[in-house]
Formats: sequence, structure tokens, C-alpha cells
Amino acid sequence: MEPKKIQAPLSDDDVMALKAGDTVLINGVIYTARDAAHKKLVELMDKGEDLPIDLQGQFIFYVGPTPAKPGQAIGSAGPTTSGRMDAYTPKMLEKGMKACIGKGLRSQAVKDALKEHKGLYLAATGGAGALLSKKIKKSEVVAYSELGPEAIHRLEVEDFPATVVNDAYGNDLYEEGAKQYAR
Amino acid sequence: MRELAASTITDQVAEMCEKANIYLGEDVFTALKNALETEESPTGKEVLKQLIENVEIARNEQIPICQDTGFAVFFVEWGQDVHLTGGSLEEAINAGVKRGYDEGYLRKSIVKDPLFDRKNTGDNTPAVIYTDMVPGDKVKISFAPKGGGSENMSAVKMLKPSDGEEGFVDFVVNQVKTAGPNPCPPIVVGVGVGGTFDKVAVLSKKALFRPVGESNPNPRFAELEKKIKDKINDLGVGPQGFGGRTFALAVHIEDYPSHIASMAAAVNLNCHACRHLEIEL
Repeated sequence: MEPKKIQAPLSDDDVMALKAGDTVLINGVIYTARDAAHKKLVELMDKGEDLPIDLQGQFIFYVGPTPAKPGQAIGSAGPTTSGRMDAYTPKMLEKGMKACIGKGLRSQAVKDALKEHKGLYLAATGGAGALLSKKIKKSEVVAYSELGPEAIHRLEVEDFPATVVNDAYGNDLYEEGAKQYAR
Repeated sequence: MRELAASTITDQVAEMCEKANIYLGEDVFTALKNALETEESPTGKEVLKQLIENVEIARNEQIPICQDTGFAVFFVEWGQDVHLTGGSLEEAINAGVKRGYDEGYLRKSIVKDPLFDRKNTGDNTPAVIYTDMVPGDKVKISFAPKGGGSENMSAVKMLKPSDGEEGFVDFVVNQVKTAGPNPCPPIVVGVGVGGTFDKVAVLSKKALFRPVGESNPNPRFAELEKKIKDKINDLGVGPQGFGGRTFALAVHIEDYPSHIASMAAAVNLNCHACRHLEIEL
């Protein structure tokens, strides 16, 4: 199946047009956040304060890249394990985030929140940091620079490859894929 | 007695840190290419193609294979006829890690205390170092940058002798099944059996340093490695967990004699970027 080209940010219709198992090529602007940045964002939400980035329709990529060498947009930049963000993801979706990119299993609460708020969980190929770095054309820190690799970066991506794992219909590629090939 | 300068160790370690993170060993690279031949799932094949391309981009453009450039883990076999001059082994290795991770633009992933402030040490030190004293006048240093995602899915279990081979196999397969897509499959499964609670964990780590494609020299363990690998691949989890035939590239078991009351077992997982490098000085 040919990958579908999609443009960030996403609308509800964009989300509903994608199903678990679809491969996509993401274009446009996406943001990064890992454990520490999520913690800070959710603390601000809990206090009712403004966030340093507008999450409406946005992609959040769970990544802590290696330092860029001179002349590079970014260093090696593959996804980190998503489960560590489970506690924060429903609140991020509530605030307008439409898609998150990582790797590995999500909790039932996250899957439910994806259905409720019309969101997607996508996996990028874990450990393909060199390949994925080539799809990132520009990177700048937009918040929490003190967190180093965990700072929130604004990334401009071209044909960034990912696979839909959990869609807004409750489907789960990890469950379905393994079932299909189990002996 | 042969003399070896601590600065030589530092220089070599710095180089190893950079090399291991950029050039995936031929053993693992070959295993990935073989997997592409046998994988049945189209999505699985696509993932394997990406992983092979990733290895090539890393080599050609000097980009780390993975952004998680790991905890620096060393096994040192120190010949007892070698005298280290100009510093301690620990200091020499850590100085090499610091330089290698800085000059190689590698990610610094170590925090000073695990529980409270979790402040980054800023130079990826300290390393985890295991040292064995061996006969002779050579020093062998083995290095692996160990990623956190796969390390987090590892486990130790004190099985009962009555659990037998079946209980051991079940423990390993269930641990890998629970890990699912998290450790970035296709994975290398390091397994320890025997020894004490601590020893078995080190055995499972050491198993990850064995070149992929080599079996345990004991034919019974070699056969068991194959059996466990088949069981794991029959789970259907496949590359990245999207479904397919290739969940594990290899299962390596390292064994040690056991207490009459015990049967310690450990599983240490590694992603497909199973980076390891050995040098002899």
C-alpha cells in the first residue's frame, strides 16, 4: 500500500480519514516533547496557565535527538518509548493535540482519549534515527531550552515516514498485526 | 611486566564510543539483511528496508545509528601481567567516554541521581564497568552503548529448580512478549541462567556482546537458543511490532553453575541497533 501524504496540522476530518496500519508521510511543522517537557506542559495546564506552544491540531514527536553537528539541521532523531508519556497524553489531546509520534505500547486510557478527542498515535521506526534525521529540514528550540535534548523543538519535516498504530476508531495495529502473523 | 598507560586506554575508549554508535557491526547488519529475505509481512519488510537504509546513512554520513547513544557499558579482561600507569582504569575509561561523547556529538543520557533531581551529568559518565583478571599480558576491552528503551523491558527472576527447562523457556518468552514493540524489534535477546541474583543479570548483559550468528558452544544450549528464538518469532509481533515473522534476530544464552536451591534467570533485551565493539591492547 502506498503511503499517504499528510500535512500538519491536522483537522478532525484528516484524523478520521486514517486507520491503524496506514503508512503516512508527514509534511509541515511538528513539535517535539519528551517526559520532562510533558511534565512542565501539564503542570501549566493544571494551573490554568498559557502553554509556550499552541497545541491545536498539532503533532507531538517523542524524541531526544543527538546534538547536531555543524551544518546539520538535527542529529540522529528517532522516536523514544511512548508509554512514558501515557500519564500526560489524555490532557494533551484535551488541549487540542491531534497526533503523537513515538514507538511502543499505549495505555487503554490513551486509546480511549484518542477516540474521545479524535486523535492518532503513530509509530516512527524506532532506532532509525539517522534515516529520520534526513527528513527533518529545520529544527529550533521554542521552549524549555534548559532541558537540552528534552527541550521542545519546532521541526520542519518533509515526507517524514510513520505508521498509524492507534486510530480514532479504537483499532490497534500492534494487536491486529501480531494476531495476523502468530502461529 | 608489561606497562600500559592510562592515556592509551582513554584514547582507545574515546574512539570506540564514536565508532560503535555510527558503524553497526557486520554481524547485526547481515542478520537484518537475512531477515529481509525471510520476512513475510509487507509492513515488516518495509521496516527492515528502513533499518538497512538507516545503517547505510549512518555509515556514509557519520550520523549515530540511533539517537539513544546509550549507557556506556564495558567488559574489560585485564591480563594479570599488565601494569597500568598514570591513573586508574575507571578514571581512564570515564575520561574516554567523556571525550568520545563530546567529540562524536553523541547524546548525553545519564543523570547523576536516579531518584531525586535527575540532573544530567553532561558528559555521559559514569560508565558501567566490569573487570575480570585473566592470565597473560593483553587487555581486551568490549564496549556497548546500551539503549534505555530495551533495557527497561529486561528482567531477573529467581526460578525454582523444579520449574525446569519449560519454566525457563516460558519466563524468557513471556518477558519478550510483554515487551512487545517497546524495545524496537527486531531484537537481540540476552539471557542468563545460573549463578546468583547479581551474576545472572551480568551474564544476560554479556550475552548481548556475543556476535549475532554465533551459538552457545554447548550444543544443548545452542539448541535451546534456537527453540526459544522460534517461539518468540511465532508470536507474530514482527519488526517494530507491526506484525510479521522477525521479532528476534537472535537469542544468546550465557550459563553459570547454580546453587542447589536456585535457578536464577535473566533477560536483557537489545534493539536491532545491537552495537558492540571489541579491541585488544
